[in-house]
Amino acid sequence: MENLLYLLSACLLIVGLKMLGSPKTAVRGHAIGAVGMLIAAAVALLLSQDGEGVRLEISRNSLIAIGVGLIVGTLVGIIVSQKVQMTAMPQMVALFNGLGGAASALVAAIDLFNKEAANTTVEPTLSVPAALSVLIGGVTLTGSTIAFAKLQGLIGGRPLVYPLQKTLNLLLLLGAVASCCWLVSDPLNPAPLYCLAGAAAMLGVLSVLPIGGADMPVVISLLNSYSGLAASAAGFVLGNNILIIAGSLVGASGLILTKIMCKAMNRSLANVLFGAFGKAPEGAAETGKAEASSGTVKSGSPEDAAMILDSAGLVIIVPGYGMAVAQAQHATREMADLLQKNDCEVKYAIHPVAGRMPGHMNVLLAEADVPYEQLYDMDQINSEFAQADVALVIGANDVTNPAAKTDPSSPIYGMPILDVENARTVMVLKRSMNPGFAGVDNELYGRDNTMMIFGDAKDTVTRIVSGLKDL
Amino acid sequence: MAELVTALTVFALAVFVGFEVITKVPPTLHTPLMSGSNAISGITMVGAIIVCLVASSTLTLVLGALAVTLATVNVVGGFLVTHRMLAMFKSRKKN
Repeated sequence: MENLLYLLSACLLIVGLKMLGSPKTAVRGHAIGAVGMLIAAAVALLLSQDGEGVRLEISRNSLIAIGVGLIVGTLVGIIVSQKVQMTAMPQMVALFNGLGGAASALVAAIDLFNKEAANTTVEPTLSVPAALSVLIGGVTLTGSTIAFAKLQGLIGGRPLVYPLQKTLNLLLLLGAVASCCWLVSDPLNPAPLYCLAGAAAMLGVLSVLPIGGADMPVVISLLNSYSGLAASAAGFVLGNNILIIAGSLVGASGLILTKIMCKAMNRSLANVLFGAFGKAPEGAAETGKAEASSGTVKSGSPEDAAMILDSAGLVIIVPGYGMAVAQAQHATREMADLLQKNDCEVKYAIHPVAGRMPGHMNVLLAEADVPYEQLYDMDQINSEFAQADVALVIGANDVTNPAAKTDPSSPIYGMPILDVENARTVMVLKRSMNPGFAGVDNELYGRDNTMMIFGDAKDTVTRIVSGLKDL
Repeated sequence: MAELVTALTVFALAVFVGFEVITKVPPTLHTPLMSGSNAISGITMVGAIIVCLVASSTLTLVLGALAVTLATVNVVGGFLVTHRMLAMFKSRKKN
């Protein structure tokens, strides 16, 4: 009975995930998934059996522990999910990943403690997945915490590199593997468990620190995959199919998204993880500055921009994370509406890594009620820039850098970018000449057809809007 | 050993199902997909409840309560925030 209901729950989760793949069915699919999850939790609480197939009685203490956990967890979950800003979505997903990973590691550890108390022998078929669960869960927890801190701006987004970093990380990994072996050989001894948890925690911190802020979408996707694998490993420990199935679904989906993100940046996963991308290369920072100052950077006022936009027939807006940070998406939509009334066609060009996680920009624009039909993927829109009167870059930087196509020495060389420089006029709304998240200078800003409009994005767009109204 | 093989079979098949189900998701839905699958990884809540039922010492009960809490935040928060995002996509379509 118990396993049949778990099977039902697994089916609901799979169907739900499948339906999440299409905009039409996503909401319903998501609700189906939630029902599946609810069933699984209820079955675990009410129908769980011990090894001999006897139903587990709920002791008073267990009930208190579970009850407190469910109530506190639900309340925190509700509050966090309602309060979080859509711009902060990546760090929130990172944090949730970490919590899931930590919970899986705890489940495996508690199971070992329980077995120790009951004096049962633990076969390697249980201790190996238990060790993996603690290892992966621990790495997920601390790795996600660092990713969260980087995205939230608590620590700098630039990669942190120091001498012998890779050697140290490799030693740490070996230490973690050694702890795993120790745990498997002596599963009821808490000492190797603590060693393993410590090594995993340090490994998570030290392996994410050297990864730059611009690569966080990949890291989050990968940690998402890890959190699923940790749950799956916990499922092996408990001999519980729903954990194995749901965990591996998440593991697979995280891997796919990781692959998509890597492809969008034309980098291998190994390069993302170990390349320390975006660190200031020695000397390059200075030459970059020299270039920027030698090229004549033209800047204009929002009112100048309004004049040019007023006579444009096709405007392609390139939104970046900077737009979202400045909360300029609503003003941007207002501007787009005005332009359309003026018989100007408006399109949005969405780079695959626009924002801070896969598909992030689509969510941010959806929040501002930008019509779905106006959003175009990079492949669809790139050929159209040549016909565009204006390419309006709002708070995007690295994804518009022509150096990715022309300069083999650039760190972002080979990354597919939006061909904004082909538009008749390129307007770049930017705070200052500072390099973007990847820490690379953008030669676009020195080009003849580029006009820089410095200032807060929301301010600038609002002034363009009033400029358009006055004309 | 037989149990392990069964579990591995389930695992391998589920990984393939996962790849099949998710490969064709359009980029627009990548963020909801990620936060939705993130909520699913909170399935470990089930495991947390089960180990809590068996737990008897203070240490395991406290750790168990912690595990249930963390997993529940993951599940509840993940599902609600995904719902919030999907609702925005939906309202946009009506306009």
